[in-house]
Amino acid sequence: MTAEHKESAVEAQATATRDIYIPSERASVSGGGRPHVVAKDFSIYYGDFQAVKKVNADILSQYVTAIIGPSGCGKSTFLRAINRMNDLIPSCHTTGMLQFDGEDVYGKLTDEVLLRKKIGMVFQKPNPFPKSIFDNIAYGPRLHGMTDRKQLQAIVEKSLRKAALWDEVSDRLDRNALGLSGGQQQRLCVARTLAVEPEILLLDEPTSALDPKATAKIEDLIQELRGSYTIMIVTHNMQQASRVSDYTMFFYEGELVEYAETAQLFTNPKDRMTEDYITGRFS
Amino acid sequence: MNLGTRKILDNSFTAVGMGSIVVMALALLVVLTPIVYNGVGSVFFTGTIEHRTMLYKEFGRGDAKAIETQTATADRYRAEAYRMLSDFEQEMEGMSLEASRQYRSKYAPVRAAMSSLLGPLPGDPVPMLTRFQYGQTRWEKAEEKLHNILYEKKWDYSDPTVMAKAFDVPRAEEFAGTKLAPLFSYAERHLADMMQPQFTVYWGFFTDRSLDAHIFGGIWPEIQGTFFLAIGAMLFAFPLGVIAAVYFTEYAKEGFFTSILRSANSTLAGVPSIVFGLFGLAFFINTMKVSESKSVLAGALTLAIMILPTIIRAAEEAILSVPKTYKEASLGLGSTKWNTIVTVILPAALPGIITGGIISLGRAAGETAPIIFTAAVSVGSAIGIADVFSSPTPALSWNIYNLASEHEMASEIRHVQYGMVLSLVSIVLLLNLSAILLRAKISQKLKG
Repeated sequence: MTAEHKESAVEAQATATRDIYIPSERASVSGGGRPHVVAKDFSIYYGDFQAVKKVNADILSQYVTAIIGPSGCGKSTFLRAINRMNDLIPSCHTTGMLQFDGEDVYGKLTDEVLLRKKIGMVFQKPNPFPKSIFDNIAYGPRLHGMTDRKQLQAIVEKSLRKAALWDEVSDRLDRNALGLSGGQQQRLCVARTLAVEPEILLLDEPTSALDPKATAKIEDLIQELRGSYTIMIVTHNMQQASRVSDYTMFFYEGELVEYAETAQLFTNPKDRMTEDYITGRFS
Repeated sequence: MNLGTRKILDNSFTAVGMGSIVVMALALLVVLTPIVYNGVGSVFFTGTIEHRTMLYKEFGRGDAKAIETQTATADRYRAEAYRMLSDFEQEMEGMSLEASRQYRSKYAPVRAAMSSLLGPLPGDPVPMLTRFQYGQTRWEKAEEKLHNILYEKKWDYSDPTVMAKAFDVPRAEEFAGTKLAPLFSYAERHLADMMQPQFTVYWGFFTDRSLDAHIFGGIWPEIQGTFFLAIGAMLFAFPLGVIAAVYFTEYAKEGFFTSILRSANSTLAGVPSIVFGLFGLAFFINTMKVSESKSVLAGALTLAIMILPTIIRAAEEAILSVPKTYKEASLGLGSTKWNTIVTVILPAALPGIITGGIISLGRAAGETAPIIFTAAVSVGSAIGIADVFSSPTPALSWNIYNLASEHEMASEIRHVQYGMVLSLVSIVLLLNLSAILLRAKISQKLKG
């Protein structure tokens, strides 16, 4: 196992600098492909329980990386570790190294607030604040010191447009966001995250609470954002992973079993476990 | 258990539940009906000319002309009664010593009853106390006094096995043949002429100062004192309670110390209020010396300590009921913990926090024991806002007790007691109602 995933890590690193795998219908991202997040022997514990076991991987900038695996395999835990959302759980601690842009995420001097500004997150269930649509989007910019109404309006419009929601809500920005449909709420959450101009977008099963139509819209949105942001998406839906991602990580019982270009992982998995999972022999 | 038994059990449980609700509703009705009926009587009643004169002289309100004409009419009828009294007094002068002594002792209660009905009689010196300067201000009281004039109450002790029974002896018989005899039928016939009853709406009951220990006037000092104390208590307890709740829910690490704090808080909620009263006296007044003696400040602080546990509990529940996702969303956007609490968690928890606060406000307004030793006085005028640091105040809760049990003329001012009870119940109900409305409004806003 160790040998294999070392191999895949090496491979990923190699592809990062040289020729990147390009899924047939997708274009290469210019300027992308540098290691944005780097995990070295990175483990996460809940108390004594090791939820993520010694992960070694590079996440490439500006590409979409999907994380798949059965329930309880540690994929969400790993995702939430990247912007330190796991800090909310008191018993959670980490070992090893996790770097973002060369900086230690869990370093003593790291400001997790600044970190979360750069690494935005969209959650499983749409979670807009019980405020107006405008205030939801403006929440982040205001937080970081923007008070000018015009500037805020510009940012709100830009973010909503990026999230493909502007046309649907531009006439009711002062309405409560909880009045939107589930899919709209989720896109609002994306727009809210984009409004603070993050470098990385972490999507934690963003479509699991949505109907197929809303799911399609979110997937389109991910395609739109690809190239502008480094995107990591945790998903239970393997079709979704193959549709939206450039790279896929397969986690099983806390271990990163396989990490490869999406097309390769789904068509020609190197590991037996991966094959069993993607062919539906267990879940 | 088969289907039949289950159905019977279900139905009988429903019946028991409904029954208990009906019993509670009836009990509420039994308690509230006399309070409302008699309490309303302190504002809407049949007032006599004495009431209008009193209002005009003491509070400077009323139609001077109308009062003058009515007084003139009343005085005309009263003069006849006064004449009968003085005639009889003269008649007694001419009697034998024995007869005069006998009549004199019987005459004294008649004269006292007349004075109580009509105010000071001609020739009497002007009384010192305001309560003796006027006759009966309310018609039903006037009728009661008339009864005292007409009848002598005697007790029947003939049967030693039962309690003595009261029975009325008409005074007219005792004075038969004297010049006082016609007074009784005259008073009975002309009571309305002498008192000039008229339907009165006395809103001043809520806004007037109390006059001569509540025998006349209103209950404004008590209402104001109640507000001062309750709002003062909130000023201390609400911010402290919310801060404590935020600490418990967001900052405190689960451990021995926290669990000690939590159980201390729960214990505090169960301490009898009289203990808080004594604590307030011992701590705030004697030890901390926040004021020389009783003061609104000391009372408000004591009430604050009493309601603090409730507020903490309510705020804690409210904060815990805020979905975790709001917090995650805010932190995920790069918000600090403090900022998340202030801009997301507290606004979302506001309905619950406010409900807890207003219910505590109602409790602070209604409590008696904590203010007995720290803030309340039986009789006093309304105090200014600047005096809250040094002056005690009358307050509804304490004065209801005081008027009903310790007042020297408690039986004469039942209407004031009921009026106070109704005011207090209304204030507390209004506070709770506003809590419900406010909560609904904010929840509506949060839901969108």
